[in-house]
Amino acid sequence: MKVYKYGDNVDTDVIIPARHLNNPDPKALASHCMEDIDASFASTVEPGDIIVGGANFGCGSSREHAPLSIKACGVKCVIAASFARIFYRNAINIGFPIMECPQAAAEIQAGDQVSVDFQAGIIVDETSGRQYQAAPFPAFVNGIIDNGGLLKSLKARGVAK
Amino acid sequence: MGMTMTQKILAKHAGLDRVEAGQLIEGRLDLVLGNDITAPVAITEFDKAGLTEIFDKDKIAIILDHSTPCKDIQSARLCSQARDFAKRFSITNFYDVGQMGVEHALIPEKGLAAPGEVIIGADSHTCTYGALGAFSTGVGSTDMAAGMATGLSWFKVPSAIKVTLKGELQPYVSGKDVMLHLIGTIGVDGALYKSLEFGGEGVAQLTMDDRFTIANMAIEAGAKNGIFPVDDKTRAYLDGRVTRAWEAVEPDADAVYDREVVIDLSALKPTVALPHLPSNTRTVDEVAGTPIQQVVIGSCTNGRLDDLRRAAEILKGRKVAPGVRCIVFPATQQIMLDAMAEGLINIFIEAGAAVSTPTCGPCLGGHMGVLSDGERAISTTNRNFVGRMGPVSSEIILASPAVAAASAVAGCVANPQSLMG
Repeated sequence: MKVYKYGDNVDTDVIIPARHLNNPDPKALASHCMEDIDASFASTVEPGDIIVGGANFGCGSSREHAPLSIKACGVKCVIAASFARIFYRNAINIGFPIMECPQAAAEIQAGDQVSVDFQAGIIVDETSGRQYQAAPFPAFVNGIIDNGGLLKSLKARGVAK
Repeated sequence: MGMTMTQKILAKHAGLDRVEAGQLIEGRLDLVLGNDITAPVAITEFDKAGLTEIFDKDKIAIILDHSTPCKDIQSARLCSQARDFAKRFSITNFYDVGQMGVEHALIPEKGLAAPGEVIIGADSHTCTYGALGAFSTGVGSTDMAAGMATGLSWFKVPSAIKVTLKGELQPYVSGKDVMLHLIGTIGVDGALYKSLEFGGEGVAQLTMDDRFTIANMAIEAGAKNGIFPVDDKTRAYLDGRVTRAWEAVEPDADAVYDREVVIDLSALKPTVALPHLPSNTRTVDEVAGTPIQQVVIGSCTNGRLDDLRRAAEILKGRKVAPGVRCIVFPATQQIMLDAMAEGLINIFIEAGAAVSTPTCGPCLGGHMGVLSDGERAISTTNRNFVGRMGPVSSEIILASPAVAAASAVAGCVANPQSLMG
């Protein structure tokens, strides 16, 4: 696996430019993922890779296409110092793992080998030997994740038909 | 401990006497909104989950505004999908080409937002309706599908930043300058997860269009929502548009805020945001003379009648500079008709500007004014991230309609105060 590291304010226009939003097919989205911040990303990313960002990751648009395109690339999770609100909701809703940990985001370097235990919220940088604890999700959010996503959890409760 | 305007509205919609910041609640929705980019993803998820019922056909709005009139086959297929869903469920508020407008200008115009209501929309600028004293926030497509199915959504109750407005705006300074100034002050994540609660004596002299502009860009500071108190101007706007009962809220005197930002409107100068963040602000004088190739006047931020009047005042009897493409987008059909009646469209065309049917168009680099390599636009839209309106080497400067119009005449960033004397 490999780590892709970016800075603060990685916005939804660089994650998936609007000119590509009229084809929501996951493969199409994956082929343009991160293209305006890193032209080589889509052609070099492999399943199991991890993205590390700074503050306010995913800021800007509400487009669910943003976490969808990252997920469609097979990225295992995004670790960031903080997440923009709508991106955070969207990632949870589509079952894509995100982990908020300012220290990990600052210290992990591109090229490090990193493993994560999403359930426990633990990040291990095997290259540096450091371990980090990500901010836990509220129980309610764990409920959404455990049920396989927002719509499934609403169906399970009988609220959505 | 008292509650903010936002907290009061959320408490009421969750059936609770009170809520506090950080609390997770499930709230009843008054409106669920989507467009031609976000509704199709919601519809696909809705169908994939095997859902067959919506909560209320009168409380869902689907507006085809981003890629319409359809710019290519893909966009046309997405619009078909939205159209079919609207027909399947007899969605009352479905707006197609010919009736549609830019969603955040159309919704208030059609009386679909009222004080005290809770509105979610699959578009980040849904925060616009906070101008009317509603709690209104952007969400993704799955949240839209869930909202359509259940009429409920989960929220984490936000803490708040108090924005106190004093004084009065000087000539050629408007709501856009207020908001760019605020975002420049607190940063693009300065209000992350929070509500921006506007108040103070300065509110009374802001027009409704100014307030829509300000609330529209709450997301650009990372806010969950922006919200204004309801006053006589709000009531005058709602009169004739909203017939259902509504209830305004006021913040408690002992409501708690994370911080207060005071803005003296009298001291504000025309303000722009340079590439590539809405917070990269300068006064217009600091960057006057910067060359531009395109001017965009319109959008959910500044495509309303007041915005067009401000631009027309400056373009009247003048010409768009050689080498500059100026494109004007009245945000709804009604605004187009009103602008025509006032002679504004003539002014734009005689000045050498192109005038378009309502569409989001170039705001997100979709169509109707995409930039080429190395070009720079000055635009009344709300975002100037890398690659937003063209290739990664293109640039966007955000500005008010007055600054954009003055810049169109000058062929470079210009202060309307200098042009108009």
